[in-house]
Amino acid sequence: MLDHTPKRITNRSALVVNPAKTCQPVGAMYAALGIHGCLPHSHGSQGCCSYHRMHLARHFREPAMASTSSFTEGTAVFGGRSNLEESVKNIFAIYDPDVIAINTTCLSETIGDDISSIISDIEIPEGKHVIFSNTPSYQGSHITGFSNMVRAMVTSFAQGSARDDFINIIPGFIDPADMREIKRITSLMGIHFVMLPDASGVVDAPNTGRYEMYPKGGTRIEELIRAGNAKVTIAFGWFASAEGAYALERKCGVTPEIIQTPIGIEATDEFIMQLVRMTGKSVPNELEEERGRLVDIMTDTHFHFHGKKAAVFGDPDIVIPVTQYLLSLGMKPVHILTGTPGEYFVKKIKKMTDKAGLNSRVKAAGDLMELHQWIKNEPVDLIIGNTYGKYISKAENIPLIRIGFPILDRSVQTYLPITGYVGAMRIIEKISGVLLDRQDAEASDEDLELVM
Amino acid sequence: MQTYNIGGDEWEITRILNKIGYYVVSVMTGNSSYEKISNAHTADLNLVQCHRSITYIAEMIEKKYGIPWLKVNFIGINSTIESLRNISEYFNDEGLKKMTEEVIAEELANIETQMQKFREVCVGKKAIIFVGGSRAHHYQTLFSELGMETLVAGYEFGHRDDYEGRNVLPSLRPDADSKNIEELSIEKDVKFYRLRVSEDRLEQLKKIMPIDNYEGMIRDMDDGTIIIDDLNHYETEVFIKAIKPDIFCSGVKDKYVVQKMGIYSKQLHSYDYGGPYAGFNGAVNFSRDIIMGMVTPTWGYIVPPWKSMPLLEGKIAYETEGTEVGLKC
Repeated sequence: MLDHTPKRITNRSALVVNPAKTCQPVGAMYAALGIHGCLPHSHGSQGCCSYHRMHLARHFREPAMASTSSFTEGTAVFGGRSNLEESVKNIFAIYDPDVIAINTTCLSETIGDDISSIISDIEIPEGKHVIFSNTPSYQGSHITGFSNMVRAMVTSFAQGSARDDFINIIPGFIDPADMREIKRITSLMGIHFVMLPDASGVVDAPNTGRYEMYPKGGTRIEELIRAGNAKVTIAFGWFASAEGAYALERKCGVTPEIIQTPIGIEATDEFIMQLVRMTGKSVPNELEEERGRLVDIMTDTHFHFHGKKAAVFGDPDIVIPVTQYLLSLGMKPVHILTGTPGEYFVKKIKKMTDKAGLNSRVKAAGDLMELHQWIKNEPVDLIIGNTYGKYISKAENIPLIRIGFPILDRSVQTYLPITGYVGAMRIIEKISGVLLDRQDAEASDEDLELVM
Repeated sequence: MQTYNIGGDEWEITRILNKIGYYVVSVMTGNSSYEKISNAHTADLNLVQCHRSITYIAEMIEKKYGIPWLKVNFIGINSTIESLRNISEYFNDEGLKKMTEEVIAEELANIETQMQKFREVCVGKKAIIFVGGSRAHHYQTLFSELGMETLVAGYEFGHRDDYEGRNVLPSLRPDADSKNIEELSIEKDVKFYRLRVSEDRLEQLKKIMPIDNYEGMIRDMDDGTIIIDDLNHYETEVFIKAIKPDIFCSGVKDKYVVQKMGIYSKQLHSYDYGGPYAGFNGAVNFSRDIIMGMVTPTWGYIVPPWKSMPLLEGKIAYETEGTEVGLKC
């Protein structure tokens, strides 16, 4: 497995081996699915649309419906205007969504299709909406695409400037279970909110024996509109969510508060403290007890993970708080990498690992070959990342914990949170589980412990 | 050898003894075998690690087969060294004495740097030990080598001789409890009884080492420290609140009570499924494990931030005239 990855690290330019990211439209499509009654539309060739749908459907094990402008050789020469006009007409006629959320592709971006002008020439049925975002994959990653689509939602829908008694929450590229968990925490605090986008109830819809193209979940248009009246916007993560929050500020004057995705104890504390500060609400006992249970678990099981070295890779808004959480657990995150570009990532992580006295390797816009090389040079006890980490895991015989996107070879993770105090417990369960499984598997008969 | 094999302690002790050149005939722990125990009478010396549980068997063996017993302590570096020197002195063999010193030097060299680092973290920390099998006594050696103080120690099933030493035994009068155990009458085995050392030499050895003897835990505890027998839950709480130790050593039933109080609790019944803690390498394992428990950042999260940080942020607001109107929260 990966036998040809050299241990010696050489400078590479213009070559990525085993990328740690995927295309912008994947993120844009996921964000769009978080609008109720929305059909994402890929303005490009069919293959792009297929790939993005496939990726989402594999991760969620759910339908990921999307249409395409179905470019051909001719389109590449003459542009996609007529394809898009025809698409929009057909989509409303046949699939009747409330919103079409168009994302562009590398091809349409290279052609230079002016989506804004094309849309303005299309007659859109009463009560229906077409929004779009530019998502060229030669820039950024699926996280950038998610961010771009969130910004498009805000600029297309949000209105008003009344500072009503509710907040906006931009959850970022996280699983539906995490969106539910964040809503649960906010509701427990007695705070009214609009979450945008909200993929819960869309990509984790129940099986009722009847297929619904537009499941019950998703942010309603009225809510997207009323987001402009919010007191404040909490955006989780500087990469997937900040742009949307800033756009809301520019358009409607809503104060943006960019904080970490609430993964792990410190980031969840930060989220709850932010809610307290912004609304003056007090923290209900139920949440305080959840937190207390987490602290109890952390202390009682510390010897399962304390001092263990970990490599973490994935999307920046997840990797940053995961790294922070590992440090809270007394672990040593020594290799931290994201495929998404952004020096902020490096700065933020470095600050944490420096404080912990670790000389960790950190990189943005990195690839998995480099991560593998780091691991060869400084082995770790554990890898945390998406399914693509399994090759390194197998090659180096290091256990992998699946956190992030995409997870293509395991199930249920999109239904159970990693956010909040409960999510933090699940992360401990995962970490302890693989480390102790490993210890059991390798123990000689006389060293096999019944109690651990 | 009469000891316990928690976390592989016995294997570590046997490793050291074998390295010096001793042949361990039989070990009376759960991992022993019928065959080995039935050969126990062929040994030349009986090592007793746990004074409470098994000394009476050592005495019976001595009476029946003429094998003296030596109280050893392989927990802690200095006590391990002392025990090894006592053993070689007992055998009075120049080769064994030389090998003993060589092995001690070699084992020490392997752990010195690590132990030095551990000492820096542990120095000044306070411990409470409440665990049987002589461990409330044994682990004090290791703690003091780490620069730690044991302020409270005790056993649940200890007897007066565990605390005060065997010289109190003649003064003890049998009571109802002591009659719970059947008195076995042991006599010299005609076929296998053999004096290992002459009576004169044995008397001499008794002056320099705990042979056929144990002097108890109290002797090794400083003035002002506390010994308490059969600690109950109420007393545990009182002591922890009063002393605020950095580490509380006992078993799994107390562990989580103590940790709920925000104090690290180390199981010394099961070693928290770690170990071995005996011998030289064991000292390293133990130090590493307790440091982990004392320094884990998880202790820092007990108080939620909303209980420790100001929740209201004040701003100073001015009216148009520029007069301060007060704090608006």
